[in-house]
Amino acid sequence: MNTANILEIKDLKVIYKTDLEVVEAINGLNLTLGKGKTLGLVGETGAGKTTTALSILKLLPSVTGKILNGSILFDGEEILKMDEKKMQAIRGNRISMVFQDPMTSLNPVLTVGDQIAEAIQLHNPEMSKEDVQKKVASSLELVGIPSWRSVEYPHQFSGGMKQRVVIAIALACEPELLIADEPTTALDVTIQAQVLSMIRDLRDRFNTSMIMITHDLGIVAQTCDDVAVMYAGTIIESGTAEDIFLNKDHHPYTVGLFNSIPNLDVKTDRLSPIEGLMPDPTDLPKGCAFSPRCPHAMEICHQKRPPVYTNNTHNIACFLFLPEGKQGNKGGEE
Amino acid sequence: MKNNENGSDAILYKKENQFKEIWRRFRKSKGAVIGLILFIVIAGGLLAADLIVPYEKAVSQNFGARLAPPSMEYPFGTDGYGRDAFARLLHGGRTSLSIALLATFSSAIIGSSLGAIAGFFGGKVDNLIMRSLDIFMSVPDILFTMAVVYALGPSFTNLLIALTLAYFTNYVRLVRSQVLNLAEQDYVEAARAGGAKNARIIISHIIPNAIGVIIVNTTLNVAKIILYESTLSFLGLGMPPPHPEWGLMLAEAREFMRTAPWLMFFPSAAIVFTAASINLIGDGMRDALDPHLKS
Amino acid sequence: MNTATHSKPLLETKGLKKYFKIRKNVNLHAVDGIDLELYPGETLGVVGESGCGKSTLGRTIIKLLEPTGGSILFNGKDITNYSVNQMRPLRREMQIIFQDPYSSIDPRKSVIEIISEYSFIHKMYSSKAQTFSKAVEMMELVGLAKRYANSYPHELDGGRRQRIGIARALSLNPKFIVCDEPVSALDVSVQAQNLNLLMDLQDNFSLAYIFITHDLSVVKHISDIIMVMYLGKCVETAPSDELFINPLHPYTQALLAAIPKPDITMRNKEFQLIEGEVTSPINMKPGCRFASRCPHVMDICSQEDPEFLEAAPGHRVACFLVNDK
Repeated sequence: MNTANILEIKDLKVIYKTDLEVVEAINGLNLTLGKGKTLGLVGETGAGKTTTALSILKLLPSVTGKILNGSILFDGEEILKMDEKKMQAIRGNRISMVFQDPMTSLNPVLTVGDQIAEAIQLHNPEMSKEDVQKKVASSLELVGIPSWRSVEYPHQFSGGMKQRVVIAIALACEPELLIADEPTTALDVTIQAQVLSMIRDLRDRFNTSMIMITHDLGIVAQTCDDVAVMYAGTIIESGTAEDIFLNKDHHPYTVGLFNSIPNLDVKTDRLSPIEGLMPDPTDLPKGCAFSPRCPHAMEICHQKRPPVYTNNTHNIACFLFLPEGKQGNKGGEE
Repeated sequence: MKNNENGSDAILYKKENQFKEIWRRFRKSKGAVIGLILFIVIAGGLLAADLIVPYEKAVSQNFGARLAPPSMEYPFGTDGYGRDAFARLLHGGRTSLSIALLATFSSAIIGSSLGAIAGFFGGKVDNLIMRSLDIFMSVPDILFTMAVVYALGPSFTNLLIALTLAYFTNYVRLVRSQVLNLAEQDYVEAARAGGAKNARIIISHIIPNAIGVIIVNTTLNVAKIILYESTLSFLGLGMPPPHPEWGLMLAEAREFMRTAPWLMFFPSAAIVFTAASINLIGDGMRDALDPHLKS
Repeated sequence: MNTATHSKPLLETKGLKKYFKIRKNVNLHAVDGIDLELYPGETLGVVGESGCGKSTLGRTIIKLLEPTGGSILFNGKDITNYSVNQMRPLRREMQIIFQDPYSSIDPRKSVIEIISEYSFIHKMYSSKAQTFSKAVEMMELVGLAKRYANSYPHELDGGRRQRIGIARALSLNPKFIVCDEPVSALDVSVQAQNLNLLMDLQDNFSLAYIFITHDLSVVKHISDIIMVMYLGKCVETAPSDELFINPLHPYTQALLAAIPKPDITMRNKEFQLIEGEVTSPINMKPGCRFASRCPHVMDICSQEDPEFLEAAPGHRVACFLVNDK
């Protein structure tokens, strides 16, 4: 175990099993996050971003969700082997999560101060009442809310302010790892800028490691050190932000993702989106999950799952960059 | 090739017969089919009551055979006046079930329409309907029904009116809240944007989407109304004696609960089976009408 | 712009207002005096944050909501006070596509029923068979496979459902469509597919769009002219490229600065922030509505309404900073 990594996920496989079907949500996912680093986890709806986050916290729906194999090391400790009691001591204390919708993550009948105090007391039962109150006040100030508002209820806050409260709760115990699941998707763009800039400041101040789950490549570019692109439950490309945004070589899906965003600087007549749709997670293609939509798909892509091509920090799971694929591609062109 | 495809379009998109489609989905549910069979057996038995056992036997008193236990002659025993409980059950069921079904449907139709109007049009109409309803509901059901039956006199029609008035209020609130929610959906606005008139919107978009809740509530009410009838009979406001009726039979059997428990058992079982069959049919109908559960 | 080739606008609003009554004497000024012109085949992008009144504007223009004041001219006719019955024939010419692909189509109707509903209402075709075969044509037009005709909406994904909404709107051969955030609920790759579709349809049928969105990159991509709204008022209108190169209103500038760009040279650099949040436009007093958040606020801003004046050809802005020079 490399102690410079706060989180190491290896070969994770998660399914959702109902009476009717088995959804293969995560298929052999590998991920590492260095201490104090921010990882952007990018992908579209159904790629498995949120499932990954919930697996780290062991918060998968208990009836349907199942971790089949793999390992999740948090600060060198195996999370998948921890009992519930130990997990409770970690959740909200050493790993916190911020959800997309601030409207539903706050309890409408408790004041925001009480909700922050609850998070603090849970993990610091010995702390005196006054100290807790002080901590609540400082947590609120931290996210840019005057502390006198701690006696107010969630409905008295706007959407952006609510998300700040949620972040204050998440950061109240100064976690080592913060998982932010689309934290600004529900917010307007000017408010999003405020919240993002606040998250960035706090992260730097406490040296918190962070996973930023988002579908917005702009947010990734502006906040993340490392990037992992997810598709159908696996990471298809990962690397530093420079690798993803500046390098020439990319997974065809990443290329498609970039081409789908209208460019603000250049006027284009038509976008060149990825054709087709996400594969059905109950019936994934046999080879590369992206092969049915891939413009460069070769024979081998439909048969085998591509191994990972590595170039320094840049990893791409695609045959195009591998010897077997390069041959196949040449053959196809001739 | 192309022409061929276009030619087949008309056939391809010819809509499957709606009833056939609903029936196909209905059949998929075991519970619903069992409910339907049960209901057909019960209803068939009640309709054929005259053929099975003459009405005469249900009302003629035979003091020599009071409280007789079930036997070949009296399959369900006799009651306190020596009347054949089997005959009473069959003939009484006709009244009970027809009142219950008619009262349920009339209350469902009146209540749902009022609720739909209140929810869809809102504003003053809504206020008028809902405030009148509040006044209506501030009088206890039983008191209200008693007053109606007392004023009009106990008879089949008057009982029907009283029960309808007692039960329609359930639907108004239920349907109103459904419609309020549905009327806000974008597809209703989309229908407006296409130039649809209110009638079309209500018939084609609102009702089909609200129907599930109405059906379930309706079927649950059938059983409640049968029991409610028995309360009225118990208070002497049901069908005038000696005409049999399930509720009345239950009320009369109460006296003999220890000595002749079968008197209570058979009408209770009849009510339970009837109610259960209707509930099962209702569940099946709701699912059959919902395209989400298709396939 | 198209202004040269078409002398008369297809749609024009003058001082259009829509207020919602909250309580007695308390009104929400959702749309508060909007002037706009839309020429055939052109796209007007309306952009703003939630609560700025852009959706209300779209619905008021096609009279799904009754305007409180001002006027709407369609093809030169004043339709402001048209009744529902008078509007019905006009529905064939003006349509709307909704944001939410889940709530905008009836879950109990099959795809073909949804698409053919409008044609039945307007008795466009003589027979049922003809109506259905026209609906199938519409499906092909928007790239929906024929085999979905008898499917129900819940069997399709968001992108395809949105195409049902587009096919429905097109089924009456309209000249003008209000697109109310038609791609906001979709994933980026599907969003791009649908944007291309909307642009192709516009070319083929010379449709005019009012394209309402909060997404500036989308609005730039699709619009000829962009209108920026803030709390019910239009603060700036300009040709699409001009607005992005030379935004004049401080709010427009703030909006543009706040978009996270997929460019890592900007990483961890300070965002250009504007403080504060959007309030509700309830019982508005005179004065610029952006004044409380504006970094360049002056005394006059909270006293008078800034006039909406032309700063450059086709570029109009309501700000004292620009207009007093």
